[in-house]
Amino acid sequence: MSPLRDVRNWLDQRLGWQDLIAPLRKKTVPLHRLSYWYFLGGITLFLFGIQVVTGILLLLYYRPGASEAFESVQYIMTRVQFGWLIRSIHSWSANLMIFTAFAHMFSVLFLKAYRKPRELTWVSGVILLFLVMGFGFSGYLLPWNTLAFFATKVGTEITGQVPIVGKPMMIFLRGGEEVTGATLSRFFGFHVAVLPGVATLLILLHLLLVQRLGISVPPKLERQWTANPSAKREMKFFPNFMLREMMAWYVALGVLGALAAVFPWNLGVKADPFVPAPAGIKPEWYFLFMFQTLKLIPSKVWFIDGDVLGVLAFGLVGLLWLLLPFFESDQPSRTKGWITGLGVFALAYMAGMSVYGYLAK
Amino acid sequence: MPTQSQGIVNAGDPPSPPLPRRRFVGALLGSGFLATAVAFLYPVLRYLVPPKASDVGGDAVVAGRVGELKPNSGKIFRFGNRPGLLIHTSSGEYRAMSATCTHLSCTVQYRDDLQQVWCACHNGKYDLNGRNVSGPPPRPLEAFEVQVQGDEIFVRRRRES
Amino acid sequence: MAILRNKLRPFSVACFVGLAGFVVLAACLGYGQTKNTCLDCHSALPDSLGVSQEKFSHDIHAQMGLTCASCHGGDPTSDDPDKAMSRKAGWKGKIDRKQIPELCGSCHSDPAYIRRFNPSLRTDQLGQYHTSVHGKRLAAGDTKVAVCTDCHSVHDLRAPSDPRSTVNPVNVANTCARCHADASYMKEYSIPTDQFAKYSTSVHHQALTVRGDLSAPTCTTCHGNHGAAPPGVDRVENVCSNCHTFQAQMYEKSSHKEAFQSASLPGCVVCHSNHGIVHPTDAKLGAGPEGVCMRCHTPGDSCDQARVALLSGLSRLDEAIKSADQVLHVAESSGMEVSEARLGQDQARDSLTKARVTIHSFRQDLVDQDIQAGLKIAAQNLQAGKAAMVERNHRRLGLGISLIAVGIVLAGLWLYIKKIES
Repeated sequence: MSPLRDVRNWLDQRLGWQDLIAPLRKKTVPLHRLSYWYFLGGITLFLFGIQVVTGILLLLYYRPGASEAFESVQYIMTRVQFGWLIRSIHSWSANLMIFTAFAHMFSVLFLKAYRKPRELTWVSGVILLFLVMGFGFSGYLLPWNTLAFFATKVGTEITGQVPIVGKPMMIFLRGGEEVTGATLSRFFGFHVAVLPGVATLLILLHLLLVQRLGISVPPKLERQWTANPSAKREMKFFPNFMLREMMAWYVALGVLGALAAVFPWNLGVKADPFVPAPAGIKPEWYFLFMFQTLKLIPSKVWFIDGDVLGVLAFGLVGLLWLLLPFFESDQPSRTKGWITGLGVFALAYMAGMSVYGYLAK
Repeated sequence: MPTQSQGIVNAGDPPSPPLPRRRFVGALLGSGFLATAVAFLYPVLRYLVPPKASDVGGDAVVAGRVGELKPNSGKIFRFGNRPGLLIHTSSGEYRAMSATCTHLSCTVQYRDDLQQVWCACHNGKYDLNGRNVSGPPPRPLEAFEVQVQGDEIFVRRRRES
Repeated sequence: MAILRNKLRPFSVACFVGLAGFVVLAACLGYGQTKNTCLDCHSALPDSLGVSQEKFSHDIHAQMGLTCASCHGGDPTSDDPDKAMSRKAGWKGKIDRKQIPELCGSCHSDPAYIRRFNPSLRTDQLGQYHTSVHGKRLAAGDTKVAVCTDCHSVHDLRAPSDPRSTVNPVNVANTCARCHADASYMKEYSIPTDQFAKYSTSVHHQALTVRGDLSAPTCTTCHGNHGAAPPGVDRVENVCSNCHTFQAQMYEKSSHKEAFQSASLPGCVVCHSNHGIVHPTDAKLGAGPEGVCMRCHTPGDSCDQARVALLSGLSRLDEAIKSADQVLHVAESSGMEVSEARLGQDQARDSLTKARVTIHSFRQDLVDQDIQAGLKIAAQNLQAGKAAMVERNHRRLGLGISLIAVGIVLAGLWLYIKKIES
C-alpha cells in the first residue's frame, strides 16, 4: 500500500487534497423512512454522465446536415461495431434522465426541500430541468427522420405563437422561415455545445449549493428532531450513502443495457420536407401534456387566440414554478400546505394529460 | 489510518469481521468491478475501430469506378433501399436510372445486343433515358444524375429546383 | 341625398360606359363573324331538340370554330326559322342514323381538311368502320348498331384525351357496356352480355382504374375501336402478345401452339379466359378446381408429370422466399438491420416472376433455370436473416453476462455496506 500512499501524499502536499474532501467526510445524510428519495438526484447526475460519454462517442461518426444526418445515424446503427448499442443507450438514457429529473423535482417539492435557505438550489434545479428538456427537443431532430422533422416543425411553430418576440424567436430557432438543414445545424450546435456548457456550470452550482447547505429534512421531522435531538439519525455520506448510490447507478446501468439490447432505438424513415405530415404526429412523451393542452384550448378564448393563450399560460406557469420557494411562508405556523396541493395537482395534471395525449387519436 | 485491504477506508470503522468473509467480499467486489469494466469498455473500444465499409454519406452513392464497365454494358448498384442501373453507353457516356421496372417492380438490366434497358420478367424495354418504349411498362424509369470524380462514378437523385 | 347623388353621378356614368363596352365586346366575340341564330331557340327547347350554349361550348368541334350548320346545314344568319331551316338553304334536319358515319367521314376521311386542325389525327376511321361488325350491320339496314355519335356522344363531343370524354380509356368500357351489357337490347344478336361484368373483375380493369395505368387494356385495345370485331380464334395470341411479348414468344415455340391450333382452340384464352381474366396464380398448374391442365390432359401421363414438376418448382421457390421473409421480419422487428437482405429478396421475387413467365414455354429445363437462380438468392437471404438472429442472440448473451457482472457488483456492495455498518 505504501506506493499508493506515497502518491496520495505527494498530491496532497501540492493540492491540499485532504482539505478539499474534508467537508465530504463530514457530510451526512438524514436517515428516515423517505431517505431513498435522496437517490434520485444522484441517478440523474449519473445518467447525465452517461449522456456525455455516449454523446461524445456518437460525435465520432455523426455528421449534421440535411443530406447526411440520417445516413450517418444509419451508418452508426448498421456498420459501426456496437454503434446500435451506443446510440440506443444514448436515446434510452435521455428518456430515463428526463424521467428521473422530473421525479427528483417532485420529490423535492413534496419533501419541502426547497424552503429557505435552499431557494437557489430549487431555481438552479428547475432551470436544469428546462435545459434537459431542451436537450431532448434538440437531440430529437438530429437523426433527421420524418417524425423528428415534423415534431420540430410543430414545436418551433408553437414558439412562434408568443406575441411580439415569438416570430423572431422561431426564425432564430429554425435558422429561417422553415425547418431545413439550417435548423439541423443550429440544433446540433445547441445540443453539443451550448446546452452542455450551460448545463455543466449549473450542475456545478447545484452541487455546490447542496454541499454548502446540506441535505434538507422534511419540516415535520425537523421539528421533532429539534425538540428531541436524541431521535436524530444520520448516515455518513461517505462511504455509506455513496456506496448505496453506487448500487443505484449499477441498477440504472443494467436497466439501460437491457433496454438498449432488447429494444434498440429505431431510426424511422428519412425526413422529406415535401411529403405531407403523417397523421397523428405526436411529440416525445415529456412534451405530450403541453401538446395535448394546446390542442384542447379552443381556437378563440374571448378575444385572444387560443394557441397564444396556451403558450403564454405555460410561460407564466413555468416562471411561477421557477419562483415557487418564494411563495412559501417561512413561519411554520402559516404553512397551510397549499404548495403541496399545487404539486399534487400539477403531477396529476401532467400524468393525466400525457395519458390522454397518448391515447388520443 | 486503519490498514484494511479494501479501497475505501473510514475512520472509526467497526471491528473487522472474520478474515474469510472479508476476503470473500473483497474478491466479489473486485471481480465484479473488473467484469463490469470489461463489459463496458469492450463495446466502447470496438466502437472506436472505424468500420471497413467506408461511409460515402449523403444522397449520393459510388455506383462504380471508371474502367470497371466496358462501353456498351451496365451494372446494378445499390441506391438507398432500391437497386439502380448504371450504364456505360457505346458512345462512352455514363447514364444512371432506377432499376425497378415500373410494371411489376422487377429489376431491369442493360442488354448490349439491343442497346436498351430490358426487364426480364415481361420483356419491357426502356431507352437509355429511361423512357418506356415497348412492352408492358406504363411509366419511364426515374433517371439519376451521374458525376465522375477522379475514378469514382457518383450517382445522385435529381433535385427539383 | 341630392348631394350624394351628384357625387355618385360620375361613378354611374363610368359603370354604364363599362357595361355597354362589355356588351359590345361580348357580341363581337360570340356572334361577330358569323351569326348563329340556332341556339337562340334550341337552347330553350326541351331535351330531344335542346342544345344549350354551355353544352355545345364543350364540343371539340365548337372549339375549333365549327357551328350547327357545319353538320345540319341551313342558314344560321337568318332570324326567321323558316328561312334558317329551309331545305333550299341546305338544311338537313335530324341526321338519319344511317347517314351519320358518312357525314362525319366527309371531314374525318379528308386528310387535307383534318390537317388544318390536327395534322397527326388519323383519317381512316370511316374505312375501318365499314369493316367492323357495327358498320357491316348498319350497311345491311340494322340501325340498332353503334354509329359514331353513340360512342363519341354528340353536341358535347370531347377529345379522347379529356378524362370526361366517353372514349377516354377509363370510360371506354362503360361506353361499350351501354349496349353490350343490356340483355334486352342485345336479345336478337345471340352474343353474351356479361363481358362488362367479367371485365370489371379482371386484372386489366384493375390496372386501368386502380393503378391508373392508362396503357392497360380496355375493350378497344383487343377488339379495335372503329373496326370493332372479335379478334378471331387464331388471332388471340397476336392480340395478347402486343403487351405480353415474352409469354407470346415462349408460347410460340411451345408444343401447345400447334396442338391448340389444330384443335381450333383460342390460344391464351384456353387457360386464361378472355374478359374476366384475373391475375394467374400457381394454382392454375394444380389439379384443383382452378387448375387448367387437367381439363385436357389425362392424369398420370407425361404431361401431368411435367405439370407436377413445374408446380413443385414454383412452390419450392415461393416457400423459400416466404420463409426467408419470415426470418427477416423477425430479425427486423427485434431491431436488427437487414435492409441488404430485404433488397435481395426483391431479386428472388424477380426470379419467381420470371419463372412464372417461363412456364409458357412448358419446358421444365428453362423454368428450372429461373427457379434455381431464385432459390440461390433466397437461400442467401435466409442465411443473412439467420445471421442477424444469431447476432441478436449474441447481443442478448452479452447483455446477460453484463447483467450478471452488474449483479455481482451489487451483491458485493451490499455485503460491503453490511460489513462496515455491522
